[in-house]
Amino acid sequence: MAVDMRLPTFRSDSRSNSLFDRKVNKDLVVPGDVITTDTGFMRGHGTYLDDDKLTASVAGEVERVDKLICVKPLKTRFNGEVGDVIVGRITEVQQKRWKVETNSRLDSVLLLSSVNLPGGELRRRSAEDELTMREYLQEGDLISAEVQSVYADGALLLHTRSLKYGKLGQGVLVQISPSLIKRQKTHFHNLPCGASIILGNNGFVWLYPTPGQQDEEAGGFYTSLEPVSLSDREVISRLRNCLLALSAHKVLLYDTSVLYCYEVSLSQQVKDILKPEVMEEIVMMTQQKLIEHEG
Amino acid sequence: MAGLELLSDQGYRLDGRKAPELRKVQARMGVFAQADGSAYIEQGNTKALAVVYGPHEMRGSRSRTLHDRAVINCQYSMATFSTAERKRRPHGDRKSTEMSLHLKQTFEAAVMTQLYPRSQIDIYVKVLQADGGNYSVCVNAATLAVIDAGIPMRDYVCACTVGFVDETPLADLCFAEESGGGSSLALALLPRGGQIALLQMDARLHQDHLETLMEAAMTACKGVSKVLDEVVRQHLQEVSVLTGE
Repeated sequence: MAVDMRLPTFRSDSRSNSLFDRKVNKDLVVPGDVITTDTGFMRGHGTYLDDDKLTASVAGEVERVDKLICVKPLKTRFNGEVGDVIVGRITEVQQKRWKVETNSRLDSVLLLSSVNLPGGELRRRSAEDELTMREYLQEGDLISAEVQSVYADGALLLHTRSLKYGKLGQGVLVQISPSLIKRQKTHFHNLPCGASIILGNNGFVWLYPTPGQQDEEAGGFYTSLEPVSLSDREVISRLRNCLLALSAHKVLLYDTSVLYCYEVSLSQQVKDILKPEVMEEIVMMTQQKLIEHEG
Repeated sequence: MAGLELLSDQGYRLDGRKAPELRKVQARMGVFAQADGSAYIEQGNTKALAVVYGPHEMRGSRSRTLHDRAVINCQYSMATFSTAERKRRPHGDRKSTEMSLHLKQTFEAAVMTQLYPRSQIDIYVKVLQADGGNYSVCVNAATLAVIDAGIPMRDYVCACTVGFVDETPLADLCFAEESGGGSSLALALLPRGGQIALLQMDARLHQDHLETLMEAAMTACKGVSKVLDEVVRQHLQEVSVLTGE
């Protein structure tokens, strides 16, 4: 077996990097810090009132919208909002509903009445469907879905009433922090490098080979079991490593950043992308490319 | 006093500190990528690692679910190599169970559990090297981990052990001082408000001395909180520079 050995090197301090020379002029607070003693403000997330003093309860940055003061922590579990695209895993099959793990603080709910069953939109859901729920989705299956509403306790109600959503077949799941996913008009992308990506708002990213012909009849429950070609698998593995590299350096993820990172990484072998020094170089080049094309 | 002289005539302790001095504290937040929050802390030669998962759906026994707040689940363990004599059971013995319970009580006082009904927050703490003040170091490590996980807390929880030797309170005891006899007191404090999250004392102490001991413990806890505060702010600054914009 070939062994890869490297000599210890100094880890360069990312703070001294010229790209990051910008000064942070954010209002950073830690738990227990008094934000204001003025009573004219409204208390938002991440704050509490301690004898009329508005106090932070998490470590993060203060956000002010008019009279509302919130503190946004650097890293949290996923806080879903209506319309978010999520990728999740079925944990339980119950009566008329599935429980879905979505990196949220409670498991999300997918009702039988809010999925598209095979055989068209307007099919009635019978008692028989309830009994065969496990045939559509069973424990451990991955799905993509959209948030339909949020319950009072923070649990999410999902739906898959569109052909884009449904069960996920062959591909790779990458879990990263939800705060790194950039909110966009669409979270489904067919990347020109030959693979597709679903950037779930909950930090679950699904990489899969770009499907050929969509089967309308299956209603999102059809999963292809065709073998995936080696070249496709290589592209997907490279994308996965790129995603890990970007998330390790806290770069926002969206189609352009992922694609640029992929292009930059082409000079390296897939497995080498995960080496810290290569990772740093690739991420730096990606950021440069992003800045050039933005400005 | 039998055996060791814990406090010399010149007022120095075994490791060369003065009576109210803390040991050197070094800490790091966000040491693991997979956990929601994690932290590593060294207080002198005592080293501990804390990991936080959650808030998440109740796992295991559903019946423990609380409908108005989150359940805090703590597990304290000591690495087999952490003590001078190799431990046979890293966790689950009587002492660890008691320690887990103390940690749970401490964090129930500080974490705003009412914001997360029906969910569960897991705090796992492991002592990698034990040199006195295990409880307090674990509390400090867990505080950093909870902050790293972005879970709302009223304030930091800072803990410190204080001993009483020759009519003098000694802050932040090391193992030799802890086992050298004399009474010791462990205090977990919310430093800004001065509320006590947990107070523990297992030996006898004259009532007249309690006040001085408490005062010394409070000062020590506030000292710890200053160090933790610095660590958190440093971490915050670093990460927010990286995320940029």
